[in-house]
Amino acid sequence: MYWLCVAAAVVILSLLALVVVYLVSIGWRSMNWAFFSQDPQPYGSDGYPGGMRNGLIGTMMLIALASVVGIPIGLLCGVYLSEYSAGSLIAAPVRFVADVLAGVPSIVVGILGYQLLVVPLGHFNGYAGALALAFIMIPIVARTTEEMLRLVPQSYREASIGLGATKARTVVSVVIPAATGSLITGVMLAIARVAGETAPLLFTALGSRLLTLNPKYPFPSLTKEVYDYATGPYAEQKREAWAGILVLIILIFVLNLMVRFSVRRWQGAK
Amino acid sequence: MTEIQEQLVDQEVPFDSGPHGFADKPFSTPAISAAPGPAAARPASGALAVGLPADPVHIDTARVCDTHAEVVAEKHIVEVDDFSLFYGKTQALHGVTMNIPLGKVTALIGPSGCGKSTLLRSFNRLNDLVDHVRLKGRIRFRGEAIHERNVDVIELRKRMGMVFQRSNPFPMSIFENVVYALRISGERNTSVLHEVAERSLRGAALWDEVKDRLHQSALSMSGGQQQRLCIARAIAADPEVLLMDEPCSALDPIATAKIEDLIYQLRGKYTVVIVTHNMQQAARCSDYTAFMYLGRLIEYGPTNNIFLNPHLKETEAYVTGRFG
Repeated sequence: MYWLCVAAAVVILSLLALVVVYLVSIGWRSMNWAFFSQDPQPYGSDGYPGGMRNGLIGTMMLIALASVVGIPIGLLCGVYLSEYSAGSLIAAPVRFVADVLAGVPSIVVGILGYQLLVVPLGHFNGYAGALALAFIMIPIVARTTEEMLRLVPQSYREASIGLGATKARTVVSVVIPAATGSLITGVMLAIARVAGETAPLLFTALGSRLLTLNPKYPFPSLTKEVYDYATGPYAEQKREAWAGILVLIILIFVLNLMVRFSVRRWQGAK
Repeated sequence: MTEIQEQLVDQEVPFDSGPHGFADKPFSTPAISAAPGPAAARPASGALAVGLPADPVHIDTARVCDTHAEVVAEKHIVEVDDFSLFYGKTQALHGVTMNIPLGKVTALIGPSGCGKSTLLRSFNRLNDLVDHVRLKGRIRFRGEAIHERNVDVIELRKRMGMVFQRSNPFPMSIFENVVYALRISGERNTSVLHEVAERSLRGAALWDEVKDRLHQSALSMSGGQQQRLCIARAIAADPEVLLMDEPCSALDPIATAKIEDLIYQLRGKYTVVIVTHNMQQAARCSDYTAFMYLGRLIEYGPTNNIFLNPHLKETEAYVTGRFG
């Protein structure tokens, strides 16, 4: 039994090592400064194949826009579920729906975004992409916020109410600050999740080979660039795709590390 | 006579319940009745000399409670008028009628589950936070009923400070903890905040220990200090009544002694109602003591009377440690 578990652990570790080594060895060759500083260049031009600067900036902007919408809504929903839902009839359905939505395939979110946000406007746009990502973020943030706020001891709330604070004041001044570290953790996890999403962006933001900061039009993203290049016909493009994947993995890895460090620091402060 | 002598022997050997046949008697460990306090000021044969039967104690809770004349004569700040409380279907308080004297320390004693904490939490309407609570009767604070719809609960809670069983300082700095009550009232003037913080911390006998680390986290203090911080925090709101729910139950004896001194000093300026399991504590720091059992007030009078000269035998049975 013991050796069976050890064998399973070895399999997992070796798979991970395989992926990482393979990824790094291929992607590393294409990683150069041009990757980060140039936009994709057309086949046959001087700077071919160029880089993925537009994708990097595009992903960052999409995440930022999605966060502006998704994080406040998710946080407030989580606060509602944790603090105000006692005796409320809609709390259980909201919780159930949030759990279901957290597991919805992201391509469904993409098609929904297409129908609701792209068709009325007449063309693909970055705002639709950001909103589709926010749609994915909200249930994750809401559920983690609720769980983390429930972990705040009831004695804090009682002490605050006993001193004559209103419930709103208690939530804002005592409960949320007590859970700040873990709320940030939940938010960072949601960001790490949407940073790697491609399917919702396929039908909403579409993607672009140009660097643009205007989300009113088709908007580039790193994941879409990788998808295009990986399915493209040219060998250099495929190598660029590997570099893009490597950058994406490193980004998510760094985000998760930050999450772990912030958790440790938060737990240490307690 | 032999039986009484055998019982005295039992007291000397607390845990020996051998062939004497006391194993089936509901005595609590005799250490309680052997501890120092007014109960020990009486002759060792105390309750036994009065001739109480050595059978399981029966409390006739249907009787009207006995309130000593001294309590009735005092000026009152909180009046409890035939107050009953139900948690769902369970009745926690049965028609309690008592008045809390102004400017004195009143202790509520009684075995676990007798409703002391429930009554205390009703004073500042903290039971509103619990679901399915039903009330009957009235509680009046300075003559005004507090469970009415038009009562400003926030204001009521500011006038009735509460200290809980386990210290619960907020995860903020010591200074922020103490001035929390002022901040929620909208006070922004930092000099006022500092002045009130110093006054409250001095009042809680904590100033000298923390005056040079006011901005450190409150969670870095010891348990006794945290509890004194909670008392300072309650005092900072300038309440009229201090409600203390077993404030020393989680503390070591030295911290307990400091807090009992503190409670003694607070009388006069504040009215203190303290719930305690520890009868010696009630004897040490309270002016009046109320004995409750199974949600009813059984006897209520000056502390000395309750411990040395109780009117009811049920009270006597409890304070001598024969049950509970």
